Amino acid sequence: MKRMLLLGDEAIAQGALDAGLSGVYAYPGTPSTEITEYIQRSKEARERGVHSNWSTNEKTAMESALGMSYAGKRAMSCMKHVGLNVAADGFVNAGITGANGGLLVVVADDPSMHSSQNEQDSRFYGKFAMIPVLEPSNQQECYLAAQYGFDLSEKYGTPVMLRITTRLAHSRAGVECADPRPENDLTLPTDKRQFVLLPAIARRNYQSLLGKQAAFEEEAEASPLNSYEDAADTSLGIIACGIAYNYVMENYPEGCPHPVLKIGQYPVPRAMVKRMLESCARVLILEEGAPMIEEQIRGLMDETYSISGRLDGVVPRAGELNPNIVAKALTMEVQPGMPQPELVQPRPPELCKGCPHIDSYNALNEALKELDPGRVFSDIGCYTLGALAPFHSINTCVDMGASITMAKGAADAGLFPAVAVIGDSTFTHSGMTGLLDAIIENTPITVMIVDNETTGMTGGQTSAARGRLEDICKGLGVAEDHILVVEPIRKNHEQNVALIKQELYHRGVSVIIERRECVQTAVVSIKLNKEKAAKEAEA
Amino acid sequence: MKRDIILAGVGGQGILTIATLIGYAAVDRGLQLKQAEVHGMSQRGGDVQSHLRLSDRVIHSDLIPEGRADLIISVEPMESLRYTSFLAPDGWLIANKKPFVNIPNYPDFEAVWKQVEDLPRSILIDADKMAREVASARAMNIVMLGTSSPFLPFEPTELEHAIEFIFARKGEQVVTQNLAAFRAGRAFAEERNLAMH
Repeated sequence: MKRMLLLGDEAIAQGALDAGLSGVYAYPGTPSTEITEYIQRSKEARERGVHSNWSTNEKTAMESALGMSYAGKRAMSCMKHVGLNVAADGFVNAGITGANGGLLVVVADDPSMHSSQNEQDSRFYGKFAMIPVLEPSNQQECYLAAQYGFDLSEKYGTPVMLRITTRLAHSRAGVECADPRPENDLTLPTDKRQFVLLPAIARRNYQSLLGKQAAFEEEAEASPLNSYEDAADTSLGIIACGIAYNYVMENYPEGCPHPVLKIGQYPVPRAMVKRMLESCARVLILEEGAPMIEEQIRGLMDETYSISGRLDGVVPRAGELNPNIVAKALTMEVQPGMPQPELVQPRPPELCKGCPHIDSYNALNEALKELDPGRVFSDIGCYTLGALAPFHSINTCVDMGASITMAKGAADAGLFPAVAVIGDSTFTHSGMTGLLDAIIENTPITVMIVDNETTGMTGGQTSAARGRLEDICKGLGVAEDHILVVEPIRKNHEQNVALIKQELYHRGVSVIIERRECVQTAVVSIKLNKEKAAKEAEA
Repeated sequence: MKRDIILAGVGGQGILTIATLIGYAAVDRGLQLKQAEVHGMSQRGGDVQSHLRLSDRVIHSDLIPEGRADLIISVEPMESLRYTSFLAPDGWLIANKKPFVNIPNYPDFEAVWKQVEDLPRSILIDADKMAREVASARAMNIVMLGTSSPFLPFEPTELEHAIEFIFARKGEQVVTQNLAAFRAGRAFAEERNLAMH
């Protein structure tokens, strides 16, 4: 037993390692990134040879994890909520194939959209794929949920989702860790056609998955992550999912006078819910995310029970929960301190001083100066900040890779010139296939790959594009004289503007690679080089 | 005993180091701790905060409720005021005086300072200047920790021990500088007889 101070993300990572993990597969995405980074830094993971290199995107990560599970070992795939959209094909079908070695899909949701484009609730995906979902409420439960999840996965031969949200992912607390257990040996599935989803086999597997549903619910009823805490005052009952439970208890430091149903494992334990509905006059449902359980209980038109939550406005429909929102929902008086003084101004994030994207946008803005605005399609990354002052350079940011494909669609509609701005890592994540579409039709678009040689926004992870961009573009079929590499620095401004202008009017696909290392990673590499040089000097 | 602390600043100013040091001392003391951080987009020059909760009892919420923070420690003056709704009626606000200006509409400095000083319980300290005088400009956050330390449930030696441990891998000089910054910050508070009563 050792006690460690861990983020929720790190507790999952340490829990998985101690539970005999053989490989983690992931693409960086806030708030999930630190799970994989923890394993990459872990000495024991290195010594054991646990796979932890970044995948190109969440789909490749999900499928690689499934492959490792096929081979009998315990695998984990980690992503942010919108990453699961990318991985959805493999994820949902993994429910049909089932798992061999324990398979844990960790999804970190971002309600309130601190660093995201939406606040979708991944529990719906778990229900959609009909697999068990775990939703720990604190760091210790994060640690325990990893092993518990692997065991559940191996017991039923099913993938298991582990869902957390931003506040747990990025909050630190003391965690008791157990002794590690060994990894699984390489063992292929007994049925060599289990993973062949031909219709006949898929139908059989699907029946098997349907057949497991009752057992999944029984597991939830008995789960250590679910509990019914009875209390005397049944004028109200509270259903609290995941970290919502903490906000309830925060408001009742001496203990909650009402019955509380804490939910941390799905499918929804109906017997527990029924007990609450039948013993309490009114039920308040607190969910960190969408009103999933609330909708299920309400049904389409059932008005048998008195229910409150996000759907009747007692809890705001959007955004994450906090102790004050929950206090208000419990009709407690909240006494905030002095309101924020009026002189306080918003301070939005910005590109770092010296960032290469600044020079790229300055050049692009000038090249487009003479044209009507509204023709720059962009993507997900630091360069999305080009939408803000002082640049106002981009007109779209939708999902990973959508810059190239949206520029193509707009060009098909007649917009010319049309420009896509995409980062190097986003390009290899999901931009390459869109570029192939444009090449096949020789669509007149200018693709600017802002290549800072890293995955910047999430903290500088290795980019799959590094050293490969020109070859990828060539290989996809971009004409060599329209693959141009420039260095975005102030001194090159005039010539870069001229070059962008020239390519804007090319009646086909052209790619401009704006290559200069991220200033954040540059600082780190300078430091590392210095340390290395110092060590060599000593030796 | 409980201390609910909001740490505030601009992405990149080093509030997480303050949190790490307090966290180390808390674990050493066997206290319960929860510390919620902001990662991701806001770290790029935007406003950032960390909720740090210490207690000898179980801590439920990772977030501090509004009106309940005992302390706001901010490495930037305007950022200290962003979180006043979290401050308890008897809570203290401790802010660095040096503005970090990366927005075009940053308010008048004097007005910001006055707003901080007009609070019933506040400390405004030029931690940048003090850090330069006794150590290096980069130790500004450790000056802030020093000034805040009489409000924390630790002996100064416990926090100094944390500084020694956390900065050890950066070399002896960095440890010495940060200890000097910590002591200077603490002296500033002690000379004014400032502490939580």
